[in-house]
Formats: sequence, C-alpha cells, structure tokens
Amino acid sequence: MPRGEGSRISRRAWITTTSGVIAAGLVRTQEDAVRLVAQEAPSATDPTKVPGRFVSELGARAPAEQPRRLLRTEALSSSSRTPLQDLMGVITPADLHFERHHAGVPDIRLEDHELLVHGMVERPMTFRMADLVRYPQVSRIRFLECSGNGGGAYNRERMPTEITVQALDGLLSTSEWVGVPVSTILREVGVRPGAGWVLAEGSDSAMLARSVPLDKVMDDALLAYGQNGERLRPEQGYPLRLFLPGWEGNTNVKWLRRLEISDRPTHTREETSKYTDPLGDGTARQFSFTMDAKSVITFPSYPYALPEPGWWEIRGLAWSGRGRITRVEVSTDGGRRWVDAAVQGPVLPKCTVRFRHLFEWNGREALVLSRATDETGYVQPTVQQLWEARGPGTSYHQNHQRAWKIARTGEVTFGLGELV
Amino acid sequence: MRPVAMALVIGLGACGSAEDAAPRAAAVGDEAFLLDEVALPAHAPGRFGFGGEASEARVAMWDVDVKPDGEGLPAGSGSVEEGRRVFQLYCVACHGPTGTEGPNDRLVGREPWEDNPVTRTVGNYWPYATTLFDYIGRAMPQLTPGVLTADEKYAVIAYLLHLNEVVPADAVMDASTLPEVIMPARDRFVDDDREGGPGPIR
Repeated sequence: MPRGEGSRISRRAWITTTSGVIAAGLVRTQEDAVRLVAQEAPSATDPTKVPGRFVSELGARAPAEQPRRLLRTEALSSSSRTPLQDLMGVITPADLHFERHHAGVPDIRLEDHELLVHGMVERPMTFRMADLVRYPQVSRIRFLECSGNGGGAYNRERMPTEITVQALDGLLSTSEWVGVPVSTILREVGVRPGAGWVLAEGSDSAMLARSVPLDKVMDDALLAYGQNGERLRPEQGYPLRLFLPGWEGNTNVKWLRRLEISDRPTHTREETSKYTDPLGDGTARQFSFTMDAKSVITFPSYPYALPEPGWWEIRGLAWSGRGRITRVEVSTDGGRRWVDAAVQGPVLPKCTVRFRHLFEWNGREALVLSRATDETGYVQPTVQQLWEARGPGTSYHQNHQRAWKIARTGEVTFGLGELV
Repeated sequence: MRPVAMALVIGLGACGSAEDAAPRAAAVGDEAFLLDEVALPAHAPGRFGFGGEASEARVAMWDVDVKPDGEGLPAGSGSVEEGRRVFQLYCVACHGPTGTEGPNDRLVGREPWEDNPVTRTVGNYWPYATTLFDYIGRAMPQLTPGVLTADEKYAVIAYLLHLNEVVPADAVMDASTLPEVIMPARDRFVDDDREGGPGPIR
C-alpha cells in the first residue's frame, strides 16, 4: 500500500486494496475486517483530512458491520435465523428478518397479485394490490416468532452449551407492519351470520394454508404489504401477507391469495400433522396459536467472552403474544435471587421490548437468566414447569427461561444444562 | 363496534364544534390517538367499492381446500393398486420405497403411543384422511405440485391408507368413501387450554 503520497491517493489505494481483499474472500468474519483495518489502514486515512464519499442512491452498511442470517447446514434449508446478538433496539432490519418457507420464495409481480375473499360472505370479491393499498391504512410495531423457536434447548439429554442466541432463538423478528385491517375488508364483503373461521392460503408452491378463528381476524389481523418503511420483502410474503399479532409465525400466511370464510376449520396438514403439541398423556394440543411471554439475553451470550471483571450491561429482548410486557427480571446466580431489569419504552402490546441490567461481574462463575411477565400476570416458566405440564415430546412453544454461564475465564456458554 | 372505536367516536363528539361537517381526525393528546387499535374513522362509508366481485367460476378456480366432511372433494376415484403405481412414480424419491425410509417425512407406521408419539405418521398421528387430499393437492409432489389428476390423488391416498393398515387392499377412495375413513389418531387432539395469567403453566 503506498504511503506518503498524499492522503487522497492513499485513501483511494486503501479502498482498492481492501475491496480486492474482500473480493478475494480473505475477509470472512467481522474480526477479519477489523484486523485488516487496524493493521493496514495507514495514518493517511485520518477521516478529518480526506473528503468523504459522495451521496448514493442506496445506502450500505459499514464494511466491518455485516450481520448475517444464519442458515442451517443442510443444502435445502427452509429457515434462516435473525442475528439477535448483533441487533440494537427492537426493530429488525428487513433484510435480517428470519425466514421460514415451506416451498421456497416465489417470484410474484405486484400487478399480477390478487386476493380472493369468499365463502360465507354476502359478496365474494377479488382485490388487486392497488385496491388494497387504497383502503384506510394502519401501522403496527409487532414481533413475529416461529413457534418452533428455541426447540434446541428443550431436550434434557441434548442440552447444548456451545450455541448462539441466533442459532437457538433467531426465529424472532420485530417490524413495523403496514397494511389494511382484515376487518375492513370483511366489512366490504359482508360476513354472513354463523361464520367462525377463516382459511388463509398462500400462493407459494406449498399453497400453505391455515384455519384461523374469525374472532382473532376481526380483532387485530392485518393484510400487511409494508414492513419497516418499504414494501414487504419477497421472503416476508411480497406483495401481501396475513399478519396476526402475537400468534405463531406459521399462521401469518405469506404471499396471501385467498381467504375463505367458513363455519369450521379445514384441518390442513399444518394444523394437524405439524404445529400441534403432544402433551405427554396420549393427546396433542391443536390450534395452539398464541406465543406466550418469553425473554432472551442477547449479551452476554455464546461465543462472547468478558475480557475482565467490572461493569457490564446485560441486554436482551422480551415479548408476549398476549399483550404488553410488564416486568423483566434478571438473575446472575442461577435463579436464586432476581432483580428487576430496566425495560425500555415504549412498551407496545405484542411487541418486543429491550431490557437492560447493569451488572458488576466479580470474576467468579455466574449463571445469568432472565424471565418476563406480561400484562395477564403470566410469568415465563422454567423448563421444568414446561416438562411437567407437557412432557418431553412437544416441539413448539418452548418459551422457558434460558441461561448463560459466565466462566471464571469470562467465556460465555449456554448454561441451561447447569439447571436441569 | 369495539370499545376502542367507540372511544374515538365519543371523543370526537365532545371535541368537534357544530360547524364541523366531518369529524376531525384523532390528534396527539386524544386518548384515541394513543390507542393504536382504531381501524376506520367514524366518517368512513359502509362500503368503499374498491375491488371486484368474484364470479362463481372465479371462486371455483381457486377454492381447492378439502374439509373433513368431504366438502371440496372433486369427482374421480382411485384404488390401492393404482395408487401403488402413482407412489412409485412420484413419491419414493423423497419418502422411500415403503413410505418409511425418507429422506423426507415418514408417511407409514402404526407405532402405538401411550404418552408421546414416537413417530408422527399418517397412520398414527394424522386425524383426518381428507387432509391427505387437501395437502397433496396443494403441495405434492414437492418439485412438481399440481401434476396429479384427481384419480391419481384418490389412488395414492388409498395406497397410503392401506400401507398404514387403515383400509383393506381392495379399497377405493372417492368423494364419498374418503371422508368416512376413521383415522387411528382421530380423537387424539384437544383444544388449546393455555390462557395466560398467573395460573398454572399449561
């Protein structure tokens, strides 16, 4: 890299070199990028001595800040997870919103898409996107979570230690959703007496379909077409998805093309063979829609290490599908003593909140937990409480308390195994 | 009208002057503004008229779901023997020669379960046979969904039900016989009894 040839040239050369290294694949992690800058950036890159870049039509993240969704290792992965450990506040950037598809992401053109609403209605109707966007619009900041989120920390015999919060609980995201209330559209078509269910169907090649009670749809369901200031991303259902605040992700049908109003559920594969919860007594729970209160600590978490004792801030997210979070408590001694964490407002219903707790780590082993309480008075349970209630055979709605173990070395691992 | 919308109307009544032809929108400071559940302003029309009426033919084109009582099932029929051919052609690559080998979902098995299902097959976990028609029609075969005729769907369902020892080898499935099949797991499912609150964890 040329030095002493004038700051302007050096800067350009540095950018070129850096780009070349990135293109060559030598920078694979954030640490690599930081190291590169620290070692190779000459003093001539003092930003106060060099005019900056011009404006651009589309912004980009800082080169060293490249959070990524986590894909499972299988070649045909059907889910990707949000990097909760890299995020700040509660809003998930749309390009980092978790994915769960049942037949991939379809390519749909806005002008081709149509929603059919029929069944027990006065007037069966079709709506194009231009029609839907013209209806009175609402915005809601709400979380969305896959009901399978966190399943990796439920099996007593296979409790992980080296797992990130992203890998364990990254099927959670929060967005500002923009759209038209389904109730507005149902008012337009006129729901006939006796109706009680709505079948929602997507236009992906799985034509994913779920039956949803009409009460919920009339209460707070959205036909969402906007997310965090822009149109939905294709992975989130472009151009239209059903959004059911606080309900398991699978019911929030993406690429929505049909709503059938009925007096009974269809019992689709996704509400019988899947997304049902064996209870350990020969029965299985069906139509278990609501996501109960839950919290996760995002820092400290694996694979971080605290480099020294002293003041550290424990940070995390809490949410409930039944309303507002009213309290988040933190324990640093494995759940013996609990203290209230600071909850960052605004506290919105069915939305994540940030919680924080200032913690003076004394250098000894610590087991750090959080537990959330919502406005119904429900307290996030222990894994033992869930085992007792449902047995070991259930694979959804595992909202129990998590734990992180801080070793004397400062290294952090998933610590729930210490408590079971 | 829901209570929240009512609050908006009452608020407007109290604040609007007699000269206001139309009620004003909620403003910062109004309680209704802080409650973000208000969907429609009080002066919204009963209907907007955006969108088009859907004809019966238009509805029929997309109305593909099948319910447990058989609503939605088309004409056609298929036998176990015909279903064997359909299964060999379209299903074995993902579900294995006998529906048990994978790599995708295991379809066949009658493993009994007292507490928790060891496997979740058609034979020991699916409550309704009609769900097979609904699901296969939507999503199967995975890489070429929609290629099966109604006869082929009825046939492969007959074959799957036979492999699961639910119907005999000479069974024929059609719009009247399929809803009558009683699945082994029919009565396994219970409604969600979780309700939040400080009570016991469920």
